[in-house]
Amino acid sequence: MTATRTQSEPGTSRPPRRLGDRVFAGTARGAGIAILVILAGVAAFLVAEAIPALTAPAEEVPGGRGLVGYIAPLIFGTLLAAIIALIVATPLAVAIALFITHYAPRRLAQGLGYVVDLLAAIPSIVYGFWGITWLAPRLVPFYRWLEDNLGFIPLFAGPTSATGRTMMTAGLVLAIMILPIVSAISREVFLQVPTLHTEAALALGATRWEMIRMAVIPYGKSGVIGGSMLGLGRALGETLAVTLVLSVSGGITFNLISSGNPATIAANIALQFPESTGIAVNTLIASGLALFVITLAVNMLARWIVNRRADFSGAN
Amino acid sequence: MSTQLTRPPAGARAAEDGNGRSERRLPTWVPWAVFGAAAAIAFGIEALTDFTVVLAVIYTIVLGVVANYALSRSVEGRRRATDRLVTSVVTCAFAIAMVPLVSLVWEVVSRGARRLDGEFFNSSLVGIIGEGGGAYHAIMGTLIITLLTTLISVPIGLMTAIYLVEYARGRLKRSITFFVDVMTGIPSIVAGLFAYALFALFFGPGVRLGIMGAVALSVLMIPVVVRSAEEVLKLVPNELREASYALGVPKWRTIVKVVIPTAIAGLGTGVTLAIARVVGETAPLLVTVGITNATNVDPFDGRMATLPVYAYYQLTQPGVPPENAIDRAWTAALLLIALVMGLNVVARLISRFFAPKTGR
Repeated sequence: MTATRTQSEPGTSRPPRRLGDRVFAGTARGAGIAILVILAGVAAFLVAEAIPALTAPAEEVPGGRGLVGYIAPLIFGTLLAAIIALIVATPLAVAIALFITHYAPRRLAQGLGYVVDLLAAIPSIVYGFWGITWLAPRLVPFYRWLEDNLGFIPLFAGPTSATGRTMMTAGLVLAIMILPIVSAISREVFLQVPTLHTEAALALGATRWEMIRMAVIPYGKSGVIGGSMLGLGRALGETLAVTLVLSVSGGITFNLISSGNPATIAANIALQFPESTGIAVNTLIASGLALFVITLAVNMLARWIVNRRADFSGAN
Repeated sequence: MSTQLTRPPAGARAAEDGNGRSERRLPTWVPWAVFGAAAAIAFGIEALTDFTVVLAVIYTIVLGVVANYALSRSVEGRRRATDRLVTSVVTCAFAIAMVPLVSLVWEVVSRGARRLDGEFFNSSLVGIIGEGGGAYHAIMGTLIITLLTTLISVPIGLMTAIYLVEYARGRLKRSITFFVDVMTGIPSIVAGLFAYALFALFFGPGVRLGIMGAVALSVLMIPVVVRSAEEVLKLVPNELREASYALGVPKWRTIVKVVIPTAIAGLGTGVTLAIARVVGETAPLLVTVGITNATNVDPFDGRMATLPVYAYYQLTQPGVPPENAIDRAWTAALLLIALVMGLNVVARLISRFFAPKTGR
């Protein structure tokens, strides 16, 4: 950047600048601004199309209980599925990241990293296919067992769904889908742990686990938190896998293994949108706006946590 | 922390440590032998009762981990035992994560291979009830929409990356970087709704066009392109730029003739991976492009079929003899996976073969 330092203000036109330079810089700047415009456009057009639903009388909104009554169960379902996914995926992802960075043989480590990344390459709809035909039927005996032995907990009250297409299954599929992103970010921060810290711990006689607990985990903690928040954002917006796996009946319930489940916002849009007309479309767009706001908040929080960590690591 | 480290050897292991520094350790083959024995016992129990492989494997793992811990604890002490326990747990977690990947690929390949024939690639679904039919129209749709998406996203994404690396500074740079991050997190279905809302304002409600799908996918693809291109452009050494400026080359020609050719391999990889990211997206196409049974190659005129949406409808609305449509759905899914994995491989090949030859 030494050469550009002399041009303190790239925007102001200084006499010797050539036409090509100005055109090119202008195009590049325009592209950057276009991104801001697109994002503003996403918000603006969604709001514009959602307004009819916001102002419509309650009985015209599908379901007849007004916009809030329509969206509330969907938000509940979205959060429930995403939180199950997060609870399952985070420990697993941290373990995978530790395995690749500290346990696997050096020569295999990078290859194993690629293999985990392959999970991210599989399209959402294929996860849905797999969840509905392979995973769901295999989970039914497990759900029966949960109902028989842990049925006193409201989460597992049952009656068990015969198809296995339950909230729990949807959460597990989502967990697998967010594994790669959470483990990739955890892996990255675990690799950044200063070698001096780990070697010092080992030199003091720590076993490998003690070294990880004392040197690696404290260093990587905020990275893991940020990564799992990004995973949460991904899980909130996942559409097709949930659409296919979840058997939807509406309503708010904490029962994770029965056949009556609340839908998620994204899955509900995918199910209803192709056949909807009129005010129903505006209602769906309003629910999409709610999803947009929720994921935006989660993602911004995640980025903030990850970036704050970056500031700290520079100081260390 | 140091007390935690030193206490156990001083306390619990004091008796054995009396004769010098030799600690009792298990030979390396012992854990494997323990797991072998656990497997034998578990499969034995399962063979006597009703046999299920899954349960036997779970028993093996639980039994092996517990036995290893107990053995190690009695021979090597608490700290080594904990270490072995964690090693087993972490390795098991990795193995668990591999189960979905392997079973998914196996399931898709075995089910998808049934209809992987010539007819699938060169006929559409016009007039097909039951057997036969293919996904020619969906394949064409996916190719056209992906091409349009690439044509929209790559120039915008690449120029933004150039702006961020070569020109931008201050507030605008920070806000663009931040909002590109935000854009990465837009749920795909929201991108679809955006494209619908945009076109519905001009063409009236209920509009379905191929180009809408391309716009929706661009919203998802642009941030990916920007991110990867930015990373790559940052790697171009400043000495190259300075050498070019020193020869009196204007800045824009320096970028076009020096910076971009140096980074071309990384840019190619990034763009390919970005295409791989959007080619399997279903939700935005579901709400913007819809589905049709006939071949439509004009993205500005009505509904188009695309491979993911085709797979979705074939599975969820298979019609009266459901088997044929479901087979077609799985073949479409197989094709999608092959496409995405193929693009990933191409991306790696690009970065390997087109990387600039630098003296290392």
